[in-house]
Amino acid sequence: MHPVVRLVGQRLGIGLLLLLAVSVLIFVGTELLPGDVAQAILGQSATQVSLANLREQMGLNDPAYVRYFRWLFGVLHGDLGTALTNGANIRSEIADRLANTLFLAFWAAIIAVPLAISLGLIAVRFRNRWPDKLISGVTLATISLPEFVAGYILMFLLTVKFRVFSPISTIFPGMSLGDKLYAIALPVAVLVLVVLAHMMRMTRAAILNVMQSAYIETAELKGLRPFTIIARHAFPNAVAPVVNVVMLNLAYLVVGVVVVEVVFVYPGMGQYLVDHVAKRDIPVVQACGLIFAAVYIGLNILADVISILANPRLRHPK
Amino acid sequence: MMRIPVSALIGLFLTGAFFFVAIFAQWVAPYGMSEIVPGADAWMPPSREFWLGTDTLGRDLFSRMVYGAQITIFVATAATCVSFLTGSVLGFSAAVIGGRYDQILSRLVDLFMSIPSLIMALVVLSVLPATLPILILVIGLLDSTRVFRLARAVAVDITVMDYVEAARLRGEGTRWIIFREILPNALSPLVAELGLRFIFAVLFISTLSFLGLGVQPPMADWGGIVKENKEGLVYGVSASLVPAVAIAILAISVNLVADWVLNRTTSLKGGRGA
Repeated sequence: MHPVVRLVGQRLGIGLLLLLAVSVLIFVGTELLPGDVAQAILGQSATQVSLANLREQMGLNDPAYVRYFRWLFGVLHGDLGTALTNGANIRSEIADRLANTLFLAFWAAIIAVPLAISLGLIAVRFRNRWPDKLISGVTLATISLPEFVAGYILMFLLTVKFRVFSPISTIFPGMSLGDKLYAIALPVAVLVLVVLAHMMRMTRAAILNVMQSAYIETAELKGLRPFTIIARHAFPNAVAPVVNVVMLNLAYLVVGVVVVEVVFVYPGMGQYLVDHVAKRDIPVVQACGLIFAAVYIGLNILADVISILANPRLRHPK
Repeated sequence: MMRIPVSALIGLFLTGAFFFVAIFAQWVAPYGMSEIVPGADAWMPPSREFWLGTDTLGRDLFSRMVYGAQITIFVATAATCVSFLTGSVLGFSAAVIGGRYDQILSRLVDLFMSIPSLIMALVVLSVLPATLPILILVIGLLDSTRVFRLARAVAVDITVMDYVEAARLRGEGTRWIIFREILPNALSPLVAELGLRFIFAVLFISTLSFLGLGVQPPMADWGGIVKENKEGLVYGVSASLVPAVAIAILAISVNLVADWVLNRTTSLKGGRGA
């Protein structure tokens, strides 16, 4: 078997194992409460009958491992269970919201990735001069901002001081693409701001690392223009680390999205998760947690696979 | 005399000021934490009486910010202590004992790091009550995975040194080797990491409270104060921006100090966790 195929196969296998282990972790995480889950959900004033009913409904009378496998079996068959609070089918509740969240993350990624890479290239081209220092300084500041701080500052500036956007980013089926994009402009801007800094700094570091190679000096001595050297000679050799950083930051978007959705009241997965954590709706939390974890792990595996494919040294391991 | 760069000095000064306010909150704040001042209206603009204006219930925002600083900084400091104690003790012992113990711990940490901490915290907080000790434990333990990685990486380099070998041959036990041989030599990279972990804890607790799952009313940390006052923003009341900006300034100033410490110990560090 070709070593690349084997390596990629290994990564995918590890990813699946990891996902299984994470499902155990999430399940155990919701079992942590000492005492009775039903009591915790219904509160102290619950009657014995309602407690017994809830225990029956949640299957709490079975031992934990039985419940785990029942849950896992359901998830593998596309059945995420029903929400405790309103008895709705979680899968149909989630479907639209997941699409909304991915829509948001997709546009953030489309804008952030090229912007970060070009800013990184510019910073390397003018390293230690004012454009580099300006970019580094601004990104150092944005890296320290939590998502909701960036969100409210942007919201204050763009919806209150200058009435450009609406502070609530609701989208619903039937809106045209343009309207949707206009509605999500602010949350997308916040997400871009949050991941841009990290992505740009790592891109800069990766390219600077390559810039010390002998062939870059050769290219300089041939008299090539500085930007050509960076774009044609340095960047292709820095692709593997850059792709890795890009993927890690896209995975980070998964976390950012939770907070940003709450800030802008956006009907996505993050808002759904946070609402139901507050309501102690455990099946919903388990399902959402698993989906977020799966996306996160998936992007990380994808990063591994791409860097295997992009790096000749990994393609021919000794 | 060592030279301290201006940026680090600014960072040190601001961080010190925040800690001072947090520790002496009772004397700094003109009003009580949840005291509704008679005659005060909701969302009054800043005045001589109310330095930062009033909040959504007509409480003095400055006083709430001061007490909020106390809670935010207390939770973050305690969580940082938890994460450092657990992370470094487990990391060092994994490096010293090695073998299966190391394998199990390292794989477990890999597992915890394979999902975002915020998601894991949300899952756990869906069943646990959001009291201060639980919040501190959850944040500290989730963050200790990063300290574990750093501590283990640094300690693995140290355990192969001759003086550790000499101590082993002398017949010293694991505890001696961890505390007397490894700890003093691993201290500087860990101290540099301390600042980064502290910021992380501040951002974590603020985010949780902002989502309404962290510090519960009537207590409030900065994230909680943002949440309480967010409705005012659309009417042009900037009350929720005050704690937001405070979080950012604290994070940036600790970052400045941490950057300086990190640069000074670059040659010693075993790796920098994100």
